[in-house]
Amino acid sequence: MAMTMHVNIVSAEQEIFSGTAEVVVAPAAMGEVGIYPRHTQMLTSLKPGEVRITKQGGEEEAIYVSGGILEVQPHVVTILSDTAVRAQDLDEAAAMEAKQKAEQALKDRSDEMDLADAQSQLAEAVAQLQAIQRIRKKISR
Amino acid sequence: MASGKEIRTQIKSVQNTQKITSAMEMVAASKMRRAQERVSASRPYAEKIRDVIHHLAYANAEYKHPYLIGREDVKRVGYIIISSDRGLCGGLNTNMFKKAVIDMRAWTSKGAEVEFCTIGSKAGGFFKRIKGKIRAQASHLGDTPSVSDIIGTVKVMLDAYDEGEIDRLFLVFNEFVNTMTQAPQVEQLLPVVATEREAELEHHWDYIYEPDAKTVLDGLLIRYIESLVYQGVVENAACEMAARMVAMKAATDNAGELIGDLQLAYNKARQAAITQEISEIVSGAAAV
Repeated sequence: MAMTMHVNIVSAEQEIFSGTAEVVVAPAAMGEVGIYPRHTQMLTSLKPGEVRITKQGGEEEAIYVSGGILEVQPHVVTILSDTAVRAQDLDEAAAMEAKQKAEQALKDRSDEMDLADAQSQLAEAVAQLQAIQRIRKKISR
Repeated sequence: MASGKEIRTQIKSVQNTQKITSAMEMVAASKMRRAQERVSASRPYAEKIRDVIHHLAYANAEYKHPYLIGREDVKRVGYIIISSDRGLCGGLNTNMFKKAVIDMRAWTSKGAEVEFCTIGSKAGGFFKRIKGKIRAQASHLGDTPSVSDIIGTVKVMLDAYDEGEIDRLFLVFNEFVNTMTQAPQVEQLLPVVATEREAELEHHWDYIYEPDAKTVLDGLLIRYIESLVYQGVVENAACEMAARMVAMKAATDNAGELIGDLQLAYNKARQAAITQEISEIVSGAAAV
């Protein structure tokens, strides 16, 4: 019987695959790599593409990953798959958006508005409390 | 004494409130179940990436990534605060803000400046009110937060760390203990704290890095931080639903109690009115 290793494919949002396999072929950043059991430790990033797993017994399974990280230990292969397509400029755009939101919120800042808001909330709470107390008093009377 | 009609109106209004709170309780209960499933679904990734980071700490790497090296002199501290978008969930957010503020004070007393990145509109509002310096903001992630929603905010803080604008990065979120208990947590993200475990791999080894150590580690550590933040987000979502469920259950119970009391008062008022009427008729008849 062929030697096997354990393969885990996970994404941040769910577990995709977990089981024993004879060979794993993955789209590494420098070109496709085939991993057999007892491969030396390796760490590489993945390109978007297809991961092909030859499971114990010869059955094949293909899983699409949109990039990620591949870690190889002699008997364990771990693929940390991305859920979104990652690219430097896309990340940059997301970061810009987050920053803009913070700046927008800062611009919107008007202390009087906040104060008025807080005051109205306080008045509301006091009124509610008074109402409850009034009701309670009425009942006890 | 309030008239019968007045009390009846009050009972109606309390009943309407009770209807709303009990509906919210049921919605929160079903959403909580789904949120918990998401927490457990995201766990394998977090565990696996932690294993890899753990291996990395053991590997005799020729390249040390800046995220793994501690900085002695702490001038500025960054916080990523995860809160809910909506209120009506008891003291969940307030308790967490309190914990964050206490932690923050400890740093400011040492002379460090503090910066924030907020996820969730409640945190945004709170830190704006206390005039905190907010670097990045994300809100309205909805019931199914995805990793892509948080990439931007995390990158802002990581960039700040890279450029030396912050020397420590913390994550503040609520940990889901069980339905009744949610514990606010302050966790250090950067520099990465390697968990200690006894040496299983004694001989010295290092990974083969492709294309090179720096690129791979960059990608890996960014994903690691993101996965921790994402974990915090989904956990906090589960906490929010649990806290809302408990708060709404309490509100429904209170409303029920109030209705009972009001009903009693109403009956008494009605009885008193009838008694008075009878005595008026009797005394009127006696006078004839």
